[in-house]
Amino acid sequence: MFGYEFYVDPSRCIGCRSCLQACEECETHRGKSMINFDFIERKDSITSAAYVCWHCDEPTCAQVCPADAIKKGEDGIVHSSLKPRCIACSNCVVACPFGIPKMMEPEQQMMKCDMCYDRTSVGKRPMCATVCPSQALAYVRPEEIARRREKPVNTFFFGNQKITTKVYIMAPANRDAIALDVVDYMWEEVEHVMVTAGQ
Amino acid sequence: MAKPPASAEALKEQFGPHLQYVPPGGWQDESIHPAEKLVKTHCCFCGQQCGIQLKVRDNHIIGFEPWEDFPFNRGMLCPKGVKRYMQSNHPDRLLSPMMRTESGFRPATWDEALGFTTSRIREIQSKYGKDAIAIYGGASLSTEKSYLLGKFARVAVGTRHIDYNGRLCMVSAGTAYKLAFGIDRSTIPWSEIPKAEVLFVIGANIGECAPITTDYIWRCRDSGGRLIVADPRMTPITRNADLYLPLRPGTDLALLMGILHVILRDGLEDREFIANYATGFEAVEKSATDWNPRKVAEITGVPPESIEKAAQWIGKSKRVILMHARGLEHQSKGVENCLAVINIALATGNIGREGAGPTMITGQGNGQGGREHGQKCDQLPGQRSLADPAARAYVAGIWGILPDELPQPGYSAQEIMNAIHSGEIKGLLSLCFNPLVSLPDANFTREALSKLEYFGVVDFFLSETARHADVVLAGSLHEEEDGLGCSAEGRVIHWQKSIDPPGDARRDSAILIDLAHRLGKEKFFPFKNPADILEELRVASRGGVADYYGITYERIDKEKGIFWPCPSLDHPGTPLLFADKKFYTHDGRAHFNVTEWRESGDPVNADYPLFLTTGRVVSQYLSGTQTRRIGALMDQYPEPLAEIHPRLAEQHGIKNDDWVTVTTRRDDLTLRAMVVKTIRPDTIFIPYHWAGTGSANRLTHRTLDPRSKIPEFKVSACRLSKASCPDLSHDDRPAHHNGAAGGTA
Repeated sequence: MFGYEFYVDPSRCIGCRSCLQACEECETHRGKSMINFDFIERKDSITSAAYVCWHCDEPTCAQVCPADAIKKGEDGIVHSSLKPRCIACSNCVVACPFGIPKMMEPEQQMMKCDMCYDRTSVGKRPMCATVCPSQALAYVRPEEIARRREKPVNTFFFGNQKITTKVYIMAPANRDAIALDVVDYMWEEVEHVMVTAGQ
Repeated sequence: MAKPPASAEALKEQFGPHLQYVPPGGWQDESIHPAEKLVKTHCCFCGQQCGIQLKVRDNHIIGFEPWEDFPFNRGMLCPKGVKRYMQSNHPDRLLSPMMRTESGFRPATWDEALGFTTSRIREIQSKYGKDAIAIYGGASLSTEKSYLLGKFARVAVGTRHIDYNGRLCMVSAGTAYKLAFGIDRSTIPWSEIPKAEVLFVIGANIGECAPITTDYIWRCRDSGGRLIVADPRMTPITRNADLYLPLRPGTDLALLMGILHVILRDGLEDREFIANYATGFEAVEKSATDWNPRKVAEITGVPPESIEKAAQWIGKSKRVILMHARGLEHQSKGVENCLAVINIALATGNIGREGAGPTMITGQGNGQGGREHGQKCDQLPGQRSLADPAARAYVAGIWGILPDELPQPGYSAQEIMNAIHSGEIKGLLSLCFNPLVSLPDANFTREALSKLEYFGVVDFFLSETARHADVVLAGSLHEEEDGLGCSAEGRVIHWQKSIDPPGDARRDSAILIDLAHRLGKEKFFPFKNPADILEELRVASRGGVADYYGITYERIDKEKGIFWPCPSLDHPGTPLLFADKKFYTHDGRAHFNVTEWRESGDPVNADYPLFLTTGRVVSQYLSGTQTRRIGALMDQYPEPLAEIHPRLAEQHGIKNDDWVTVTTRRDDLTLRAMVVKTIRPDTIFIPYHWAGTGSANRLTHRTLDPRSKIPEFKVSACRLSKASCPDLSHDDRPAHHNGAAGGTA
């Protein structure tokens, strides 16, 4: 939908799994849910997180596909593998830094979130973001998201790999990018630290 | 008489619960046979009453489409709403009336089933008197059905004993709001929530039981609002609480008195509001003197500093909304608890203005509308009192009977079951109620049901309670009849009829009207359809507090709901109550009420040293009659689990997923443990949606709040022990479920 963007804010998630249930109502993969959902550590906390495919600008899944079965549309949507091409090798499943693609049995095909292509391509919002009761998954205009406490970010660092994505994550207001490795926050050169550590 | 005619396994085989996983025709069918129409209606589960569009084809519900233009939820739905359509086309659906036989139930004609019912009601009443028959209703019924059932009980059957399952829901709040304000409704529309500076949430698992309200709360925090959560468990919304108060079950009143104490001690009250618009302040002020934070901390387990902080935030903010639900209300001092919330709101002047006010979060589908027009034991339409001579005269006039012909107030829901057990009540007709699962002390309920000389049930599925019936009248689902609902925020909405009842099943209202005619009261029940009932309801409510006179289906469809009171067709409705600082009390003022501390009706002692508290999970609704038949929802949380803290688990050598036995003074229950740090170490939580060997209400007790008559579901004394795998051969839970146990995924 023109002018709308997808935002993921795990801090708003209440663990209800409405997104999971609604995802399987999607026309392109009816009966199968493509949402990734986790309680972070249920024993210790009620915090949970639901997320969709981040739709990378340069999708790792497509880069590693030996069969050239994964395509990104001009609208930035990265689609499920093309059925006639997919050889079910699971390269994409292993390579995706976010853990998004799923190898579906018995179809023998990689399937993933396509941001409800059947809906977004005809001016409707994706199913999960429409129903999400806490709007942890939101498909709204940027001016609406600007009212929130957190700030949208779509740059991620995984070690040396920088990934920019179509989907945004809501980060603390003073962050421009999300890095998951302590190394990325360190002042020293990691090699130097490792040499010292090895002594 | 009314014991199940066959084993639980045999009845389950025939009538379920079976799990429905796919839409009619399978997942791919809709692409070949698309929907013929989209019907704008509402979810049938819970008081949020989210707008939803049902996809209809060939008199089947085949799916849903979010309804983004409906202002309350703007397309949002919880998993129950998403899967709500799976209750249609269900293999367990009753397609004709059923009569009990020696070995089960057999299909019957309507003439036989209704003829039997009529003659049994007549026989019992002529032998034991009019009041030997009782009627049960429910708050998932449309407002028209609720109204009709009240009139049916009083005019067609002539009994004074009619009450409903809302008695197990929020009646403590209703009683308190009537005492303080003269009206039983949320004081605010939900659009006020994001405007508050402080949200105080006590005894309300909003993330699971009122999921859409979460978005309103998060938006309040986006604007800088602060969230205080008081609960023995860290429920999902606690993840973003600015202050969490982990109170001991049943000590809410002490916490609230402590907060009021600090507000008054520090002079944070609104003297101008109190002087101009309220009465009774001095007595409440005096009653709060003893409740210093230190004493309150000892009773509640909440640190004195946290009590101080909560009071300071509330006392120093201009706009405070205080929200509460079953946690506060399901106590033998439920009314006191709610009054204590109201006292804080009144003392700080947080009422009748933007972003401020106390509010109950009504739980059931039509929890609000179902309690306004006469299916309560002491009530007439329009929230009128059955004991009020003027109200009796007005309604009797509308109904075409003499005021003296109207029965006097009767027993509340639990009292009806007690009277069945004692033999005072001999016959029961139940619609939209599954008391075997939802009333406390389930073994007592089972015993009582076995004593009935006549038991008739109107239902769409054979609930666990209906297994005890002599006759089951195949009724209708939410989507099979037009009607009004009223949401938690007081918005009257239109449930659009989407399809006809399948087979020989009938609309609930048609069943009641037919019965009334057979009981010889035809002229009082000339209704052909819900619209006819609404016409009479509008007039019957006119001039009452819950005035619906200005509300029609057409107006609702056009205006996307109307907030009552709405006394005339050109009245815009009343979203925010008391904006003019006028209250519905006899003197027009808001009333402070003194609250008295009492111990729970089932006190903790050396033999039963732990608190048991029961509640809900997001994937199930009430007694599970509907949601335990929907596969995706059952997979999400397949069986009841006992939530316990790792410290308590360690004490008993219990690990996550181990079998444990929870014992109270009534019974014991063996179930799996869910070991989590999100609950107080002296408390066990069990959700109540299951029947039979999974029924939490086998453990709860029948102590009632003396005024609201609500049972004390939230506080029982219990003990815990490790167990081995129980004998599940007589289990009422569905036999095949897969997927991770809820919450531990």
